[in-house]
Amino acid sequence: MSLKIVQPGLSTSIQDLGRPGFFHLGIPIGGAMDRFALRCANMLVGNPEGAAGLEVVFMGPQIEFTRDALVAVTGADLPAKVDGEPRDGWTSFEVKAGQTLSFDFLKSGARAYIAISGGIDTPPALGSRSTYPIGALGGVEGRNIAAGDVIPLGEADLIEAGQTVPADLRRMPGNSAELRVLPGLYWHRLTEKAQQGFFDDDWTVALEADRMGYRFKGGSALEFVDREQPFGAGADPSNIVDGCYSYGSIQVPGGLEPIVLHRDAVSGGGYFTLGAIISADMDLIGQLQPHTPVKFVKVDMDQALAARKARKKMLAEVRAHLG
Amino acid sequence: MVAIQSPVPGTFYTQASPEEPMFKSAGDAVAAGDTIGLVEVMKTFIEVKAEATGTFKGYVAGDGAAVTAGEVLAELED
Repeated sequence: MSLKIVQPGLSTSIQDLGRPGFFHLGIPIGGAMDRFALRCANMLVGNPEGAAGLEVVFMGPQIEFTRDALVAVTGADLPAKVDGEPRDGWTSFEVKAGQTLSFDFLKSGARAYIAISGGIDTPPALGSRSTYPIGALGGVEGRNIAAGDVIPLGEADLIEAGQTVPADLRRMPGNSAELRVLPGLYWHRLTEKAQQGFFDDDWTVALEADRMGYRFKGGSALEFVDREQPFGAGADPSNIVDGCYSYGSIQVPGGLEPIVLHRDAVSGGGYFTLGAIISADMDLIGQLQPHTPVKFVKVDMDQALAARKARKKMLAEVRAHLG
Repeated sequence: MVAIQSPVPGTFYTQASPEEPMFKSAGDAVAAGDTIGLVEVMKTFIEVKAEATGTFKGYVAGDGAAVTAGEVLAELED
């Protein structure tokens, strides 16, 4: 009734759809960075969409199964193998008790999601099994998986193997990305030249890109509109009097390198945020490798809502297809 | 010829720090498990280890190069 972790990979964590509702207390929303991919993986193996699975970053784990299970790997193109035999991504396959799931080198994307029939059944914390290592919440005793861990699985009714998400309904990352931005509360702090430059410049994903935030580099330093800094904001023009941060908000410490806050981000602080990546593009960020070229694209609220609607439609199509 | 591939995408280094010598030079004997370089990603340096024994032929990826997972970093001769 469990998984034995032989090798954990680089940074493999148990994730579900997160624990919304505590961000105002400083507990991040957590959950899979590419939630669409996790939902698809769960549907393929007959789990509820929000069941806990494994989020794999860059390098796959090696896992021995102690019971028969149905497994699906979605998200990044990280080729799966069962006892050394290749298996297709975005397609459910059987793993028998005693067999080992392992992976080849990552081909594209950054994060793969492994769903196992029955779901991972570690104890939830604040309503979620998602791992938040800094707060020691969820996961395996509040941490990522490690070699030697034995991870419990829930009860499952085995459905038929071989179901697949059609290629046109998979969201695959390309060699470059466009991230849509809705300018926000502090947009007026930038000069017009800096506002335009942010969208004109070519950025790349920096090495400091993880579940807390994705940093981008390569664009020009931002210029701020002169002002007398308010009491409590400090001397740096990229500082504000402490405020709330949202999921997807873009802060630029020192005006130098934008950081997009992601699932495990802090909930507030003293950096101005120029706007936010729209919700429809947040999954995509989780699939960006370091050094990927990125353009930020300005949108308005109507465009952001239309994009969200399009993403919901895509998910509904997957649900209809997998019935 | 044995290729040593990067386990993860990131930035490759042939030295532990700018002051230190390169991990390996052409002609060096390499044992399985020897570190031949580092790949930096997500604020972590991952040691790249030889999986076979042989003679170091040379680096294919340069110091500071952006690499992808599976990219050949160095080569060994049997």
